[in-house]
Amino acid sequence: MFLVFPALWVLYLGLTNYRLTGVAAADPQIVGVDNFLTALGNPRFWNSTWLTVEFVAGSAVIGQAVLGFAIAWMLRDRRGPLRRIVEGIVILAWILPSAVVAFLWVALLDPGDGTLNAVLGLTDFAWLLDHPMLSVIVFNIWRGTAFSMMLYAAALGNVPPSHLESARLAGASGWQQLRDVVFPHIRGHVLTNLLLISLWTFNDFSPFMLTAGGPDGKSEVLAVHVYNEAVRNGSLGYGAAISTIILLINLVVAVFYLRLLRSKR
Amino acid sequence: MAAIELRGLTKVYPGGVRALDALDLVIPDGEFFALLGPSGCGKTTLLRTIAGLETATGGSVVIGERDVTGVQPGGRDVAMVFQDYALFPHMDVTDNIAYPLRIKKVAKAARQAKAAEVGARLGLDHLMDRRPGQLSGGQQQRVALARVMATQAQAFLFDEPLSNLDARLRLEARTFLKKLQRELGVTTVFVTHDQAEALAMADRMAVMEAGHIRQIGTPAEVFQRPANTFVAAFIGSTPMNLLDGVVRGGTLEVAGCALPVPTSAQGLLADGEKIVYGVRPEYNAYASEPAEDALGGKVVIMENLGASHLVTLDVNDVLVQAIVPEGREPAIGEQGWAVPRRDRALVYRDGELVAG
Amino acid sequence: MTRFVLGRIGFSTLIAVLLAFFTLPLLWLASAPLTSDPTYKVSVPDFTWENFQTILEHPYALPSLYNSLVLSVGTALVVVLLAALAAYALSRVHLPGRDVLLYVLLLLSSIITGTAAMVPLFQLAVDLQLIDSQFGLILILSGGLLPAAIFMLKDFMDATPKSYEESARVFGATPLQIVRHVVVPLVRPGLATIAVWSVANVWGNFLMPFLLLRDVEKQPAAVIMYTLYTEGGQANLRLLSTFGLLYSVPVVVMYLIVSKKYGFRFHGGIKR
Repeated sequence: MFLVFPALWVLYLGLTNYRLTGVAAADPQIVGVDNFLTALGNPRFWNSTWLTVEFVAGSAVIGQAVLGFAIAWMLRDRRGPLRRIVEGIVILAWILPSAVVAFLWVALLDPGDGTLNAVLGLTDFAWLLDHPMLSVIVFNIWRGTAFSMMLYAAALGNVPPSHLESARLAGASGWQQLRDVVFPHIRGHVLTNLLLISLWTFNDFSPFMLTAGGPDGKSEVLAVHVYNEAVRNGSLGYGAAISTIILLINLVVAVFYLRLLRSKR
Repeated sequence: MAAIELRGLTKVYPGGVRALDALDLVIPDGEFFALLGPSGCGKTTLLRTIAGLETATGGSVVIGERDVTGVQPGGRDVAMVFQDYALFPHMDVTDNIAYPLRIKKVAKAARQAKAAEVGARLGLDHLMDRRPGQLSGGQQQRVALARVMATQAQAFLFDEPLSNLDARLRLEARTFLKKLQRELGVTTVFVTHDQAEALAMADRMAVMEAGHIRQIGTPAEVFQRPANTFVAAFIGSTPMNLLDGVVRGGTLEVAGCALPVPTSAQGLLADGEKIVYGVRPEYNAYASEPAEDALGGKVVIMENLGASHLVTLDVNDVLVQAIVPEGREPAIGEQGWAVPRRDRALVYRDGELVAG
Repeated sequence: MTRFVLGRIGFSTLIAVLLAFFTLPLLWLASAPLTSDPTYKVSVPDFTWENFQTILEHPYALPSLYNSLVLSVGTALVVVLLAALAAYALSRVHLPGRDVLLYVLLLLSSIITGTAAMVPLFQLAVDLQLIDSQFGLILILSGGLLPAAIFMLKDFMDATPKSYEESARVFGATPLQIVRHVVVPLVRPGLATIAVWSVANVWGNFLMPFLLLRDVEKQPAAVIMYTLYTEGGQANLRLLSTFGLLYSVPVVVMYLIVSKKYGFRFHGGIKR
């Protein structure tokens, strides 16, 4: 019994490997290299890569992580209804199915009747057409902040109160307490959080449901680019090449964070 | 019910740690036997090897007449109480006690009757429907004992049975356990790191260090005549005085004082030999006037033990302890003399007891 | 004193802005289903239940919810079963390099389940003729969730003392009896967490069914929802709003139950 499961496990591992390399194996070798060259020479690919960097940096690293921490910090000492309401709504945005949420934002940003234009007093301002990337980034911040918020709330709960109190007795300001007591304590959490949300955002497909990559590729992040090329245009080999590149970038990002994480110990 | 016999039992962990090194041990039928030693000495490994939870690397385990070395734990007809009791949190007390019978495919009615009977015997009758989480530590321990009793096994193995109880309860449980074992008459091996527990409960005990048994004997033997300095230092609530000395003619020179050779080492020492002189504080009489054959020095520390005091003397820069009964306590800084009982003092050569 | 008052005002303003930011997009979902003839505009609903009628009339709406149910429950079953066995083995058998292996797997899974795997998975599904097979989709979704599930469950298993199993062994229980009588009851909360987590994950998953299910009758609610608002012509807002609400309610209910029963554990399954 104890031998079968590790074996099954290895089999599973083999399967995942197979999926990744299976495509390259199915395609003739020389074409495979060509696909990579095509990708690297394709301005749309570079455009997508740049948009993805904007997307990850803007919505995950800056947006979700900072906003999530800010909410967790503001609510750290609070109990009762205010905290429950704020957390509840932030979490609600996170747990609703992505198809529903995407449509809610389509409705919110609608040029004619959209709530946002109504609130801001604008008429016929087409957010999704004129600022597609901004819309997608803000959308993803709204969507994903909950995870960071909960993780940081848990992490802040683990900072020993005596450390904060001794800093306060020493006369540290709020910012100094954050810098000298809180951050050293939650450094591991911060890195884990950044690693996860970066990878998730990198691979997030929901921008597709808002803009389908349009208009004119202006919000075509890599995830959407792969879909449009591989599935819509049917160039599977090219799509596979980009997938491999995405995978490599993911690995680099992961290794980068893990290095940082390890250097702590 | 059966005797337990270990022959050349060896356990080597992967990586080369020798937890048990060729142990020989015979525990007669019906004995209450303690395995005592500091943590990491191999006592728990020994117990688990008897249970079959660890596989011996060499040697054999015989329970009753049967060699069970290669037998699975379930087939050895032993029952075990774990340090954390291992009561299943999702079963009530009845089901916990009846669990071994369920494994043996005893009919439900019969095993519940047995559980009720054993539970009643241990005073658990009003708790039979509770879950372990709703019981106090002492009650949990009794449920674990009841579960073991329900098995009617040949031998019982207890792993630190008292260590999860608080101090006062531990004393009560000690008495209770000893009484229960007497009544049941089942061969019982228990592991403890607490020398007082082993002395109080066991019929016989083995003191272990680093995979070896350093002494086997009754509590009285182990307390009065530790076979080596390791056991001497480990046994006793106040540690034994172990003082370096030299044989000079017919006397011993210890901490700059002359002491007579203890009765047990009479005629066994050579002149000029380096020895260690051992005497328990309990066997040191205290005198506030200069005395013959004594260790004289200045009182530096007084510790209250309740009905008596532990006095620490500075004898030429060597610390010597003695017990002083109530009402005769000296003051700090006074001169005092510790007079060892000659029939209780011991001499160690190269760490081993010198005795005829 | 003034600093304190300013601080209070600042805090309240920030919280208010935050609440507005997070609530604004949700308003429509709350108001539109109950408004007769809804538009994109958020308006005070007149509390009509007529809109729900459109769902019954739509040929794919209710079946798609059923499809979502089949997919998520099926995946949860596969994930719980396999993850429990694997986690138990990994937790109880010491293999050299086990922790590194687990971490690498977890990392790979969070990478692979995303879009990087889209093309290989698509091709694999085509090769194995698993396109339009709900069973095939369940297998693929399970594969993506398994590493994280094993990671989470292993935590649970590591936290349960070995002595329970050893105790049962000394009483003579067989390995199967140990698993049935002792291990499964002990890690039941963990199994429940994994099940709920899997259901929630699959219920909301859009990409994989979108990619692998072409037959409208087999598509889950996520894909139908998307089709409803992107297909040509004027979107049917009465249908969209009610369908979206109906589709959302189960996850919200599930979240409430879980957070009430266990407190809330991370979906990400990472404690540190």
